[in-house]
Amino acid sequence: MNVQRETTAKPAVMDTLEISEHQATVGNCFSDNAKMTMRNVNVFYGEKQAIFDVNVDIAKNEVIAMIGPSGCGKSTFLRSLNRMNDTVEGCRVEGDVRMDGEDLYAPKLDVVELRARVGMVFQKPNPFPKSIYDNVAYGPKIHGLADTRVDLDEIVENSLRKASLWEEVKERLHQSGTGLSGGQQQRLCIARAIAVSPEVILMDEPCSALDPIATAKIEELIEELSENFTIAIVTHSMQQAARVSHRTAYFHLGRLIEVNPTEQVFTMPEHDLTEAYITGRFG
Amino acid sequence: MNNSMTNLEKIRKSLSRRNRAEGLFRWAGRVAIFLGLMAVVVLFVDIIGKGHGAFRIAYIELDIDYDPEKIGIENLSDPQQLAGADWQALPKAALNKQFPGVTSRGDKRSLYGLISNGAGYDLKDRLMANPLLLGDQERVWILTDDDIDTYYKSWLAGEPYAARLTDKQVEWIAELHEQGKIRLQFNANFFTRGDSREPEQAGIRGALMGSLFTLALTLILSFPVGVAAAIYLEEFAPKNGWTDFIEVNINNLAAVPSIIFGLLGLAIFINFFHVPRSVPIVGGLVLTLMTLPTIIISSRAAIKSVPPSIREAALGMGASKYQMVLHHVLPLAMPGMLTGAIIGMAQALGESAPLLMIGMVAFIVDIPGGFSDPATVLPVQIFLWADSPERAFIEKTSAAIMVLLSFLIVMNASAVWLRKRLERRW
Repeated sequence: MNVQRETTAKPAVMDTLEISEHQATVGNCFSDNAKMTMRNVNVFYGEKQAIFDVNVDIAKNEVIAMIGPSGCGKSTFLRSLNRMNDTVEGCRVEGDVRMDGEDLYAPKLDVVELRARVGMVFQKPNPFPKSIYDNVAYGPKIHGLADTRVDLDEIVENSLRKASLWEEVKERLHQSGTGLSGGQQQRLCIARAIAVSPEVILMDEPCSALDPIATAKIEELIEELSENFTIAIVTHSMQQAARVSHRTAYFHLGRLIEVNPTEQVFTMPEHDLTEAYITGRFG
Repeated sequence: MNNSMTNLEKIRKSLSRRNRAEGLFRWAGRVAIFLGLMAVVVLFVDIIGKGHGAFRIAYIELDIDYDPEKIGIENLSDPQQLAGADWQALPKAALNKQFPGVTSRGDKRSLYGLISNGAGYDLKDRLMANPLLLGDQERVWILTDDDIDTYYKSWLAGEPYAARLTDKQVEWIAELHEQGKIRLQFNANFFTRGDSREPEQAGIRGALMGSLFTLALTLILSFPVGVAAAIYLEEFAPKNGWTDFIEVNINNLAAVPSIIFGLLGLAIFINFFHVPRSVPIVGGLVLTLMTLPTIIISSRAAIKSVPPSIREAALGMGASKYQMVLHHVLPLAMPGMLTGAIIGMAQALGESAPLLMIGMVAFIVDIPGGFSDPATVLPVQIFLWADSPERAFIEKTSAAIMVLLSFLIVMNASAVWLRKRLERRW
């Protein structure tokens, strides 16, 4: 079932650790309680292939971390889960991506609905240049989730509470969201994402622009959110992956090398490449 | 390796050269700014120096006797009598009374030449506004002829220019001046009247209203169309050969000489669609064609400068593309779009060449009251006055330039104000 392609010249990562063209992912890719399933997913940017034949499940209410060296395709993979790749010129996704059994790339599927169900938090905090209140209320407003002003107020408060931002901003809900600190902005973005009650939240290196204290707050938050949401997080920090995730997926040059429970990945990785990466021999 | 100079010495040596280059560059910049400012100062000094006189004009005080017999009118509500009345007889009689010694035909003619040909009609307006004056007397300041006005101003300035005056006229003016019966007053006519062959009666109002109507139409048409085109090209259109082709052609269009747009307007709007000539409608359409590329290009630049992270945030929330554009991109790009629009409108305001082609260069006395009244515009009015032989039109021309510049400044200032209000920081 593998339809592999010739790859262009690969950078010599390590002489002894070349990836075989036909190797399957090692570890536990699949889950009985899958929220999202990906089968034989290939992603291309024009002629260039960025993701090769990825098979993996994301279980309900789990936090799965994607790690790997820069340019390994983890962000591309993440963005194929809510079709944010559609906005990239020349990007093409092949294979089968499903959520609760529903084909996300079916022609009749509306991406607006999909993105309401699969929220996203980006690398750089990107609040709208509007008030804190309007930032959080934007999703519920465009999707028509609140019938009255009172409902909307409630959604905004609950979302901000869940994002542990309420206490800090309740006095200045109508000030600009861009006036907050970086960490607060990122939590505002998380509040904005959860305001539409998505089923899955995708996080693309949510802490890479934040200081350690703000990072710790976000990590704490991810743990709390995992009670209600399924979370897929891309991170460059192995410590972060170790702290917040249940399972960890290691990507290398567009291939999914290993998926295993986080503890196992960081203590007894199955694959040599994974071990090389987590022990810092390249990255 | 040559170690006679340490690295530090080398750096120090290059440092003085670099500092010199920077200092030179600073000076070049200052000189450039100074030259630019000087050009502006010279321009303004010249224009204001020449044009300020036009805002005041000479009046002669005369005792007007509204004698029904002299005018040849008994009933002010009879249109036939009004049409046949000799209004100019009123100031003439007053002049005769002021200078009783003037008897010869030639002298009388130069005496009557002191006042404007339109003075009688001004008196008619006074009478119509207050019919009780008929048969009564009144002391009125009467508008002088343009030659008299020019001479009086130059005489006051100490450099009398009497080339077009008779010796008698020069004497009379000196006499009137001594009696305090000639003086300069604010020239309200300049702001309330349309064009005229008589410089003392010519006003800028017609051209001002023409410019206003033409520009209003240009803005109403070109801004929405330009912004819509820019949004479509930037956010919705697929990037392929066709859109590249369109982009190249929009850029070319922006570089087309404006007179070509005039010819296009003549061929399409007037000859094909039979839009009446000389009216703000056709002027606005032609200027819209001219302004559109400017607005499209600057609007696209403004849209491009909206950070992609805002687009991602909106799309990631499940906003449709249309919502993303309407809620986020458009508000953030609006200040830039307005800047582009205002540059385009300023261009359009100063444009005369394309309007010459579509008949907006006509001599129009009536003040246009709408989009379909024959009109001219400020730059064309300036062109017309600059082309007129009467000396009094020199100061009118400069005054019209001042009005045009004020129009421009008001327009730009309001745009800056609007942009400041709309600007959002992130």
